[in-house]
Amino acid sequence: MSDIETQVATEDHSHDHSHGHDDHGHHDQGWFMKYCWSTDHKIIAMQYMFTGMAMAIVGGFFAYAFRMQLAFPGADIPGWGVMNSAEYNSLVTNHGTIMIFWVAMPVLIAAFGNYLIPLMIGCDDMVFPRINRLSYQVFLLSAIVILVSVALPEGGFGGAWTAYPPLSSDSAFNLRPTSQTLWVVAVGLEFVAFLLGGINFITTVMNSRAPGMGMFDIPAVVWMIIIASILFMLSVGPLLAGAIMLIFDQTIGTGFFDPKQGGDPILWQHLFWFFGHPEVYVVLLPACGITADVMATFSRKKIFGYKTFLYTAFATGILSFFVWAHHQFIAGIDPRMANIFTVTTLMISVPIAEMCFLFIATLWGASIRLTTPMLWALAFVAEFLIGGVTGIFLGASGADIWFHDTYFVVAHFHYTFYPIAIIGTFAGVTYWFPKMFGRMMSDTWGKIHFWGTIIPFNFIFIPMFFLGLAGQHRRIYSYELFPELSTPALQNLRILATCALITMLIFQVIFLLNFIISMFRGQKAGKNPWKANTLEWTADSPPGHGNWPPDELPNCYRGPYEYGTPGRDTDYWPQDEPS
Amino acid sequence: MLNEAITTYGKDIDFLVALIAVIVGFFWIVCEGLFFWLIWKFRARDGHDTKYVPGETKEEKKWISRAHVLILLCDVVIVVFAVKVWVEVKQTLPEPENAQVVRVIGQQWAWSFEHPGADGVLEASEAHPNATDDNIWMVDELHLEVGQIYHYKLESRDVLHSLSIPAFRLKQDAIPGRQIMGWFKPLETGKYDFQCAEMCGIGHGVMGAQVYIETPENHAAWMATHGSVAAND
Repeated sequence: MSDIETQVATEDHSHDHSHGHDDHGHHDQGWFMKYCWSTDHKIIAMQYMFTGMAMAIVGGFFAYAFRMQLAFPGADIPGWGVMNSAEYNSLVTNHGTIMIFWVAMPVLIAAFGNYLIPLMIGCDDMVFPRINRLSYQVFLLSAIVILVSVALPEGGFGGAWTAYPPLSSDSAFNLRPTSQTLWVVAVGLEFVAFLLGGINFITTVMNSRAPGMGMFDIPAVVWMIIIASILFMLSVGPLLAGAIMLIFDQTIGTGFFDPKQGGDPILWQHLFWFFGHPEVYVVLLPACGITADVMATFSRKKIFGYKTFLYTAFATGILSFFVWAHHQFIAGIDPRMANIFTVTTLMISVPIAEMCFLFIATLWGASIRLTTPMLWALAFVAEFLIGGVTGIFLGASGADIWFHDTYFVVAHFHYTFYPIAIIGTFAGVTYWFPKMFGRMMSDTWGKIHFWGTIIPFNFIFIPMFFLGLAGQHRRIYSYELFPELSTPALQNLRILATCALITMLIFQVIFLLNFIISMFRGQKAGKNPWKANTLEWTADSPPGHGNWPPDELPNCYRGPYEYGTPGRDTDYWPQDEPS
Repeated sequence: MLNEAITTYGKDIDFLVALIAVIVGFFWIVCEGLFFWLIWKFRARDGHDTKYVPGETKEEKKWISRAHVLILLCDVVIVVFAVKVWVEVKQTLPEPENAQVVRVIGQQWAWSFEHPGADGVLEASEAHPNATDDNIWMVDELHLEVGQIYHYKLESRDVLHSLSIPAFRLKQDAIPGRQIMGWFKPLETGKYDFQCAEMCGIGHGVMGAQVYIETPENHAAWMATHGSVAAND
C-alpha cells in the first residue's frame, strides 16, 4: 500500500499548483499523518478501497475452501486441510458477512462515494472531513474484529450471515461463546461507520455542489450513492437495536429472542430483513449509477430519460421498505401476510425493469466503444437481468415454498450481488483508475481479465439453479447423507462450479498485476482520457489536495450527459464549459 | 435430474414455476436479445454519428411505458397464481373424516415423528386421557400411507429448523415454543429425502431423515409391528 501512495504523492508534487493548494496546513505531514490519519476524501477513499479489496481476497479464499469441500467431500484441501462441519459453517457464514459488509459496502459506497462525490459535484472535500476519517477508523476496527472472530481457537461464528436466534443468541446451541458476540459487535461497528459516512455524503451533496448544479445535473453515481445512504440510514436503526438486544441475549441472559423467557425468535427476523432488504438496494443502486455513467461515456449518448431513471431509483428505494417479509414466507409468520408481501415484492419488478429498459434504450443510436470499463458496464446489465428475472420465482409466495433455502436462492442472489459488487466495482475501478492514479490501465489485459471473470462466473452459478431445482438445500457441508442429492450427475455439477470458481480466482491475479503495474508504468492519462462530461475530469489526474486550485473550482452549466448534442464540433459537452 | 412432485399441491407448485418461467423467460430473451443486437448495431464506426435522443418526450418514452404496462399485467397474472397455490398449501387445512395426524419435532440434530397408535388419537384430552400411551415414536424415519391426507404438527425443541421434503415441494420452519399446523397428501409410494432447511448449528449438515410412502397394506403392517413394540415397552 505504501508504494501506491508514494506514487500518488510523487505525482502530486510534480504538478506546480498542487503545491499551491497544499498550503493550508498540510505540508510536512509525514507519511503516517498523510496516509493513515488523513482527512482528504481521496485518501480515505483509497483506504476503503484497499481494505475492501483485501477483505475480498479473504472472502474469496473462504469461497474456494468451502467449494472444494462441496466438490470433493472430505478431501485434504490445499491451503486449508480437511474441513469439518463447524469450519464449513463458519466459512459460509463469514463469506456472506464479509462479502456484503466488508467488500460490497466499503468499495461501492464508501470508496466510490468518498472519491467521486466531491470531485463530481465540484468541491474541495467532504463537509465533515474528520467525521469521514472517524468513519474509516471505525470501519477498520470492525474489519479487524470480524477477522479476529474467525481466527479464534474456538472457531468462527457459524450461524449463517442472517444469524437467526435462538441459534445465534445462546452459545449452548452454537458452541461459540466468544465469536458469536464478536461477530455481532463487528457488524454493529460496521453500521456505525457507514452511518458516519452516509451523513457526510448526504450533507456534502446538499450543500457543496458547484454553482449552477441543479438536482438533475448531479451525475447518476452520486445520486445513487445518496439514495443508498438515505436507505441505509432509515433501515439500519431497527437492526442496530436488534444487534444490541442480541448481544444482551448472548452475554447477560436477557430473553428478547428466547421463547422460554417470553421472547420471540421471529422478532429478529423482522428487524434483520427490514434492514436486509433495503440493504440489497443500498449496494445495488451505486452499481447502477456506475453503470449509467460508464454507459453514457462510452456509448456517447445521454442516458435515455435521465429523470425517469432517477425516479425509478426513488421508487425502488421506497418500495424496498415494504417487501422484507418475502424472506420469511415459510418462517412461521401469519400466512395471510405472505399475500401482501407477494404483491409488494412483484411491484418492485416495475421500477427495476424500467431501469433495465432505460439502460437498453440508451444504446439506441449510440456509438459504442467497447473499452474495458464499457464491457464491465454492459456485463452488469446482461448478468443482472438473470438475477432480476429469477427473483420473480422467489417473490411469488407459492413457488418460494419449494425454492426457499435451496441453491436456487444462492444462484439468484449471486446473480444480483456478483454483478453489483464485482462487475460494478470493476466497471468503476477501470473507468476512474486514470483519475485516481493519473495513468491508464492496460486495455488488453483488462479485456483478458474481463472474459476470464465473466465466463467462469456463469459456470459457477448456472449449475446452482439446477442443483436448487433438484432440491439441494443450503449450508450443508456434505450431501453424501442425502440419497436424492448424492447422485453422480449432481456431484458433477458441484465439481463444475468449483472448477469454474478456481479459474475465476486465478484470473483475478491478472487484474491485480494490471492494477499495480499500471499504477507505475501505465500510459499517462491526462485530465480527461475518456472525453467525458462530468466535473471530475476537469481536475488533474490525480487531483491534488483540494481537488482544484482554490480559485478555480468549477461552475456547472448543464446536465452530466450531453453527448452528441447537435450543432457542436465535439461529441461531448463538459458540464463546466460556459454556453 | 429433477425429482417429480408427489403431492397434490406439489404439482400445482410445479405448474406455477413453469408459468413464471415462461413469462420471465420471454422478457429475459427479448431484453438480452435486444441488448446484444443494439450493442452490435450501434458499435462505433467511422461516419456514424451519435443520435441525440434524450428520452424525455412522450413520443420517445412510449417505448418504455408500453413495456412497463406489459410487465404490470404479467405481475398480476403471477400474483394471482402464486397466491392461489399459497392459499392451498399454507392457508387451508382439508379436514376429511379420516385425516391422519403426525407430530414432527426438530431438535439438534435429528427429526422425530410421533404417530397416534391403534386408538388413532395423537393428543391426550379429557375424553382420551391415555391416548398417548400407545403412540408410535420414530427417529429420522417418517412412514406414511399413500393417498392419505395428513396433518402435521411441527415443533422444535431448541433452535429454528425447517421441515423440507423436496419431493413434496413442502417447506415450513419449526419454531421453539410454537406448534405450526400444515398438511400434505402423498400420491406415490417410495422413499424420499426429508431435510432440515434452516441453519441449526454444527450438525445441520447431518440432520436428514427419510420419508417412506407405503401402500395401505404395508403401512398397516408397519403400524402393527411398531404399535406392538411400543405397547410392550
